[in-house]
Amino acid sequence: MAIVVQKRDYSITGPESKRAQEKGLATAEWYTSPIPRAKMKELMKRRNGPAIRDTIIWFGGLAVLGYLAFLSWGTWWAIPAFLAYGILYATPGDSRWHECGHGTAFKTPWMNEVIYQIASFMVLRSATPWRWSHARHHTDTIIVGRDPEIITERPPVWRILMMQIFHLYGGPVEIKRFILHTFGKLESQEKEYIPESQHNKTFWEARVYLLIILAIIGACVYAGSILPAMFIFLPSFYGGIIVITFGVTQHLGLYEDVLDHRLNSRTIYMNRLCRFLYWNMNYHVEHHMFPMVPYHALAKLHAEMKDDCPAARPGLWAALKEVVTALRKQKHDPAYVVVKPLPSTARPYMYGIEHDLNIKVEA
Amino acid sequence: MSNGIWIEACEVDDIEVEDVIRFDHEDRTFAIYRTEKGDFFASDGYCTHEKFHLSNGLVMGNLIECPKHNGRFDIPTGQAKRAPVCVDLKTYPVKIEDDKVFIQI
Repeated sequence: MAIVVQKRDYSITGPESKRAQEKGLATAEWYTSPIPRAKMKELMKRRNGPAIRDTIIWFGGLAVLGYLAFLSWGTWWAIPAFLAYGILYATPGDSRWHECGHGTAFKTPWMNEVIYQIASFMVLRSATPWRWSHARHHTDTIIVGRDPEIITERPPVWRILMMQIFHLYGGPVEIKRFILHTFGKLESQEKEYIPESQHNKTFWEARVYLLIILAIIGACVYAGSILPAMFIFLPSFYGGIIVITFGVTQHLGLYEDVLDHRLNSRTIYMNRLCRFLYWNMNYHVEHHMFPMVPYHALAKLHAEMKDDCPAARPGLWAALKEVVTALRKQKHDPAYVVVKPLPSTARPYMYGIEHDLNIKVEA
Repeated sequence: MSNGIWIEACEVDDIEVEDVIRFDHEDRTFAIYRTEKGDFFASDGYCTHEKFHLSNGLVMGNLIECPKHNGRFDIPTGQAKRAPVCVDLKTYPVKIEDDKVFIQI
């Protein structure tokens, strides 16, 4: 018996965008856990120290692993050496891009900007378009037709998720965008969230990115080897496995179209290494509810609000299991979501505006 | 800047140093700031990027950061200082009389 699944249009230029606005789901007021203002002020306080320390460790680690990888080139040891280098390149590249994009990692604004620009190139995301895309993601988190950063639709597209292990879906999309931007053009969806005043900046950034990529290609031709690209540019692809692993745990399998981050975001307990790589974004409910709290204070924020939230997943493996199980169920029942019970100390879930998901499975 | 009427917004002690509070008057919402030097300022209460209360934001020196997208404005001038805010914030004159904060709207 064939299963026909009526799909929603996840593009932000389609009919779902209008629907979300009509339902009051766009630019809406989100639920926030009650935290005294004095405590919030303390948690929001910016510091340079932790981010400078972590940046030195990150670049220092890249230098050491890069040197080992260089020495191993031409032997089988190059596989684990470059894998380690690539993971250390791409994973913190992603989390540093994110946190510095919020401007909360460092106290000093220019430090956030410098690392944001470097990390944007490292993870192959145009700095300005993604700044605006991410602002929209925070305004309309997992609101279909509004959020441009939904990793996969329902039912899930496994092909995209699998390709993203090596950044083979998002990477080529971004390179196409660089080329488009280089010629002074934007995709139609980008026009939805990037203001006109930022268009020129977008175009010039893309030109710089393409020049760097061309320089790397030139270096490879000159050296007669892909080794230069193995250090810059290609790690965005071969080092992507942890980026997607962390990324899928943030929202997948949870509610769409709600105004309560406890329903559409997932907090996970992780070990120190993962938390360093991810810059504490495992506290994802906390980050979405209070984006002004810097990464180094998220554990304290979690302690402050955990009585108002569902239990955190006990580890990355448990979270992945929950995500994969939910995605498998959503393949046949796109309306399936994981809903976690709240502790007795919590305020009830705010489901947001009454809505009709308009998704059904027809036999 | 405004040349309108002066209205009482709050007591001086209602706002801590380097903080912001919300003040509603008729159908309008304002943000009243006290910077680290103890100076008082006032502006429209919502971020110009999207409609979020600046009173939930963070005062850092002479800057106010929006709680939703981390956009920043210069408090004395209302000038947009950090994306995603691009449009300046409307500011209002402030005066202190008898330990009360008045804004001119």
